[in-house]
Amino acid sequence: MDLQTWTYLIVGLTFALYIAIAIGSRVKTTRGFYVAGGHVSPLANGLATAADWMSAASFISMAGIISFSGHDGAYYLMGWTGGYVLLALLLAPYLRKFGQYTVPDFVGQRYYSKQARLVAVVCAIFVSFTYVAGQMRGVGVVFSRFLDVEIGLGVLIGMGIVFLYAVMGGMKGITYTQVAQYCVLIFAFLVPAIFISMSMTGEVFPQVGFGSTVLDGSGRDTGVYLLDKLDGLHRELGFAAYTNGKKETIDVFFITAALMVGTAGLPHVIIRFFTVPRVRDARLSAGYALLFIALLYTTAPAVAAFARTNLIETVEGQPYASMPEWFHNWENTGLLAWVDKNGDGLIQYAPGGAFGKMPGDKSLKLVRDPERGGLGEPRYANPKADGPNELYVDRDIIVLANPEIARLPNWVIALVAAGGLAAALSTAAGLLLVISASISHDLLKNILMPGITEKQELLYARMAAGVAVCIAGYFGVNPPGFVAQVVAFAFGLAAASFFPAIVLGIFSKRMNREGAVAGMVVGIVFTAAYIIYFKFVNPEANSSAHWLFGISPEGIGTVGMLLNFAVALSISRLTPPPPESVQRLVETIRVPR
Amino acid sequence: MQEMQEETSQPDPDAAAIEATHRAYWRANLRLMGWLLAVWFIVSYGFGILLVEPLNEIRVGGFKLGFWFAQQGSIYVFVVLIFLYAWKMNRIDRKFDVDES
Repeated sequence: MDLQTWTYLIVGLTFALYIAIAIGSRVKTTRGFYVAGGHVSPLANGLATAADWMSAASFISMAGIISFSGHDGAYYLMGWTGGYVLLALLLAPYLRKFGQYTVPDFVGQRYYSKQARLVAVVCAIFVSFTYVAGQMRGVGVVFSRFLDVEIGLGVLIGMGIVFLYAVMGGMKGITYTQVAQYCVLIFAFLVPAIFISMSMTGEVFPQVGFGSTVLDGSGRDTGVYLLDKLDGLHRELGFAAYTNGKKETIDVFFITAALMVGTAGLPHVIIRFFTVPRVRDARLSAGYALLFIALLYTTAPAVAAFARTNLIETVEGQPYASMPEWFHNWENTGLLAWVDKNGDGLIQYAPGGAFGKMPGDKSLKLVRDPERGGLGEPRYANPKADGPNELYVDRDIIVLANPEIARLPNWVIALVAAGGLAAALSTAAGLLLVISASISHDLLKNILMPGITEKQELLYARMAAGVAVCIAGYFGVNPPGFVAQVVAFAFGLAAASFFPAIVLGIFSKRMNREGAVAGMVVGIVFTAAYIIYFKFVNPEANSSAHWLFGISPEGIGTVGMLLNFAVALSISRLTPPPPESVQRLVETIRVPR
Repeated sequence: MQEMQEETSQPDPDAAAIEATHRAYWRANLRLMGWLLAVWFIVSYGFGILLVEPLNEIRVGGFKLGFWFAQQGSIYVFVVLIFLYAWKMNRIDRKFDVDES
């Protein structure tokens, strides 16, 4: 069977599975809609949380980012996993005991204030929308690359599927589709990784192969460690060693912290822990969640190193005419491009860019010429960049083209498409539920229209989910140019707003409304101002010389968090303590029974 | 402060005993958390970031140790920490008789 047929078959089967689950898990109550009735087992919640958390970016882009940044990719790996330790130890069990439906619920009740709830609602909606637009885009991109479908149509199909199970089944539908989606995405990620590890190092586990010696073409052990070989290749080509860091230590420290704390403060992750029956289940399912996430997160850096070695060995110094088929396939998608700067017909790969931007463009976009070059290679209207490098490689190719580069069968390649879709859809659904619950439960039921019945609230929840799917779809088709820039926002804001407010709400009985609101406002304003200044107002100044203490906008959420803690603690000591009933609430949530 | 006043105004010995148990339970929880978070900090920020260069002088198989902690080891430790916490807390819950039935 050819690739196209395989892809339609596998993607079609997975979609049929998601729809079947959606039909099987309709809900009739708000408790069912918001927290799946609270009946999810710790194992199922762990699987669902892992799928919820691992987005299109984790699946498609992360290995590529690591592949091109070497050691420095570590802050994503540690940042996006270490947050679960904070979540399990500082938040999940207590929020489960508190036992409401949303994060603004906790903030609103613990700080006995509608204003505090409103601040939390605005943050939750903002953080979730920035995130969900990227997921819908991811769905469209996978469709267009693997199935030759227009991005717009791809987004529409994705919207239809998510609409079905999010609107009908709420959290219950989302949870069980996420369980299925985790299985699809992890299988799709591990199968190519294991194949490649075996062919390059003879080790079944990529995590072991990563630190083993490489085999030569006929399968004999060369006695050279993979990472030494890669460092050697980097040295020859003039790149910095793969296993050495390049970024400033202070910046790496703050970015890692912002990602960790941001992860622990993201509402769509937190609400997953409202769905298990007991406090002890919340603790255990955090462990399962990280275990399932770690399966992908410890494989990704191995894939990154394998793919980087493979890529350099296949292309560097080789004649263009001898390139394998995958090279041409990916040239057609615009993720790979070659320009023969010195006219020798060989591919030279070196640090620096191959192409320059088109006049007027803000970022590099390749523009194809209708005519091909003398060797049949595509040509581009873009100016050539200075320097010897002739090869443009998009980082996403590391995961997407990996199976082809390793000459794996067509069904494995089709699996990668289904995995990318599963990763994007599962995260999108989790985010949509946060938006829907924020509007129907927090904004309508608890602030604007307290008189509505449960039935009405449920109807509003479904409507909000439906509208949110449409807005997310719109942004998926017409991505605002700033999406890439605002991802730093999502983590920074979660770190600077929710995390301190929730932690203090649990661990400091003395923390009051005045302290928490002042802390959140200061944290948000500081973090937002810093990011907006360097990303939008004055992007030319976005370099370490101008940063505060050398901390980049990606890491500034950590400073925002520290400011939030400091302001909240001092203001709360100068203002009256919280009412007796709130202090008793804190005592109750600290104890499981 | 308010807490203390409340306690003295409540003569019920059972309530006072329960409160004392809860306070001891909370201290045990905080102690365990403190240890686990210390390990969390040392493997990631310590071994993976601040001490990465000296650790890279040590090699384990094909890995430089600092690089391994940054891209692999810290994640394994995180997983172990959460399961350890879940297991230990279940025991602490039972010891102070605050576990869920």
